[in-house]
Amino acid sequence: MIQVIDLHKSFGKLEVLKGVNCRIAPREVVCVIGPSGSGKSTLLRCVNQLEQANKGQIFIDGEEITSPKTDINKIRQQVGMVFQLFNLFPHKTTLENITLAPVKIKGLSREEADQVANELLRKVGLTDKSNVYPSQLSGGQKQRVAIARALAMRPKVMLFDEPTSALDPEMVGEVLEVMKDLAHEGMTMMVVTHEMGFAREVGHRVLFMDEGIIMEEGTPAQIFDNPHNARTQSFLSKVI
Amino acid sequence: MSLESLLAINGLQVVIKNFPYLLEGAVLTLKITVLSVIFGMILGLIAGLFKLAKNRVLFFIATAYIDFFRGTPLFVQILLLYFGILPLIINTDNPFVAAVIACSLNCGAYTAEIVRAGIQAVDRGQMEAARSLGMNTRQAMTHVILPQAYKIVIPPLLNEFIAVLKDTSLVAVISAEELTMRGKLLYSTYFEAAWIWGTVAVIYFIMTKLLAILGDFIERRMATE
Repeated sequence: MIQVIDLHKSFGKLEVLKGVNCRIAPREVVCVIGPSGSGKSTLLRCVNQLEQANKGQIFIDGEEITSPKTDINKIRQQVGMVFQLFNLFPHKTTLENITLAPVKIKGLSREEADQVANELLRKVGLTDKSNVYPSQLSGGQKQRVAIARALAMRPKVMLFDEPTSALDPEMVGEVLEVMKDLAHEGMTMMVVTHEMGFAREVGHRVLFMDEGIIMEEGTPAQIFDNPHNARTQSFLSKVI
Repeated sequence: MSLESLLAINGLQVVIKNFPYLLEGAVLTLKITVLSVIFGMILGLIAGLFKLAKNRVLFFIATAYIDFFRGTPLFVQILLLYFGILPLIINTDNPFVAAVIACSLNCGAYTAEIVRAGIQAVDRGQMEAARSLGMNTRQAMTHVILPQAYKIVIPPLLNEFIAVLKDTSLVAVISAEELTMRGKLLYSTYFEAAWIWGTVAVIYFIMTKLLAILGDFIERRMATE
């Protein structure tokens, strides 16, 4: 579903990605872990071209998105993204946040879009919040709306960029619950996270990144119980 | 002082008798202001967006325009346009047209910077979220960024409109018969400086105060939305 080949990315003189290779199969849930500054978020942001790589290729569903000929807006409609800081549209209600893109981009009618949105709100457990503005929602609720907003475009892949890092601890669970449901439905997911419990329980595969490369990858059991790389061991000993 | 002795003051008589004459001038001031603000907003929105464009040419055009009109006095711009440029290109000696063009161009340059700042004040994540859903830059601007920027720019824009209203007094130099010009004409007939200019000042003050009240009203309505 996603294939990343020899990806390099620099911000000025700082080289953040130094040749990343990875593959994500359809229906697979891959968690990316690693210390801050290791390039996890940058990798994720390259996958939907919020950052442009300096070198290397990324394919989604066989299409090379790093090629300048690709219509990136078309690709992004198939790749949902959830941000650490939610980035809900503050001037729109919950329902409008979810229906904006389907109506304006896909050309769905108001009624169709509302129906889709209401279904998604049921799924994330927020049916009673459809006419509320983001400022009236808690962090966990905001993130669940953000997930519903991304899902409304019916993406083939969902990218999560530290979706629970900005939440109060008691709200982390409700967001992870929604993500877990999504994983069980067979959504292809790439999750940058510090939630090791989630990575272990829900992830099919874990990538450990450090210093701009993937240092180690494997099943959650391999990575968490029997890490080979010294850096992986040292990182895990600090976070678990 | 009795009412009769008060009415005997020459300056007051002049002002009362010529009050409609001054008000006509104030109406022209308002016309120039409203038209300049409308054109200025359109120009400012375009120039502000150009200033944020990745396209070098658009950026350069906007920057040159803004720099020139912010970097030279409006007074000189009015003289240049009326005596120098307009006769060459549209062959007009209509001071009203020149006044509106000069004030619009000037207002546009200031508005452009307000628009640019307003757009940049919207959190970067908003653009990213919109783009990540598959919107192109234009859709993201129209549906996500501009509706938020618009709330941010209302207070500085109203400030700018008040400035434009006051600055229209400079077009008296090309004999557009707005409020200040009418004051000048009255003064040269009656020489009642304190009374005439005092009245002119009060009329300006009332107009700007009304604009400010309107601004407060809009801001309060938007805050409760």
